[in-house]
Amino acid sequence: MSTHFKKKAANTKQEIPTASLPDIIFMLLIFFMVTTVLRETTVQVRTTLPRAEALTKIDQKRLVTYIWIGPEKLGPTQVGETKVQIDDALIEEITSIRNIMYNELVAQPKLIVSLRVDETSQMGMVLDVQQELREAGTLRINYSSKPEPIR
Amino acid sequence: MAGLLKKKKNREAEIPTASMADIAFLLLIFFLVTTTIDVDTGIGMVLPPKLDEQEPPPVRERNMLKVVVNEAGQVLLEDKPSAINLVREEVRKHVLNCVPGSGFACTEAYSENPGKAVVSIKTTRSTPYDVYVQTLDEVWMAYFEMWDAEARQLGFPNYKAYTDQLGEGENEIREKIKANISIAEPDPS
Repeated sequence: MSTHFKKKAANTKQEIPTASLPDIIFMLLIFFMVTTVLRETTVQVRTTLPRAEALTKIDQKRLVTYIWIGPEKLGPTQVGETKVQIDDALIEEITSIRNIMYNELVAQPKLIVSLRVDETSQMGMVLDVQQELREAGTLRINYSSKPEPIR
Repeated sequence: MAGLLKKKKNREAEIPTASMADIAFLLLIFFLVTTTIDVDTGIGMVLPPKLDEQEPPPVRERNMLKVVVNEAGQVLLEDKPSAINLVREEVRKHVLNCVPGSGFACTEAYSENPGKAVVSIKTTRSTPYDVYVQTLDEVWMAYFEMWDAEARQLGFPNYKAYTDQLGEGENEIREKIKANISIAEPDPS
């Protein structure tokens, strides 16, 4: 009996077919490539960021809400008046920022507002937006700027 | 010729596919490591809370370093015309006034001690934003340099090394030299 059993076991193939493993891995790779969405908003204003030295990094992206301030893009080279953009929409009424930001703050109490302001803007608009942020209670801000070029 | 044909028949015509998965994994890991999602960098600030009729605490005149950036992008330090690249040294002088070992003599014009020193940046509504950022940058750099110097005195290579080992503990350097930067509202015009 034991010999019979042994013989049967010896006949079965012991290897796992590995030929399709790369296909499985590639499928995984492609699945993740397709499903990953790098959240990208179309910025309708031009924001050439100023350069600075005393930079801090924002590690936690989920805490960040962006406000773009800059001249509106009208064509490939033409720009119009200075506008404020939050998410995907241009803000017409500056006082509506307080409601938008208050709602954001309720959803995320540790909110950081990243101000991406065009370097040619004037302080007036920035100060107005900051005043609205104070009204909303979102006090942590970040003047987004690029590192200085290495000389 | 006939011998050659025979040899070909004997060879096994399979490619070893067991290592293919490893190659695919290597590719996956390579791309995972090399992909950089660009990190947001910027100058962090905390806005003052909304005022509800309560006046901000009074600051003695000598503890306040007034930096004004006018509409032409010119910098005034304590109402005297100056330049952006002089701001850093002036902030250091102001904050480290009367601190022993700082190399700055005690003068009446600057702050009483680093804990009380305030730097106020004031702009007009038509000040160019990039000049404002550069000025703010210089003020922050002055503080970063002072923190670095403090950290070196405590035996750390720099301020970052100090904060890294700190964890949840009290940041004594920041307690000693507080970055009191106030963004003043422009005068109503």
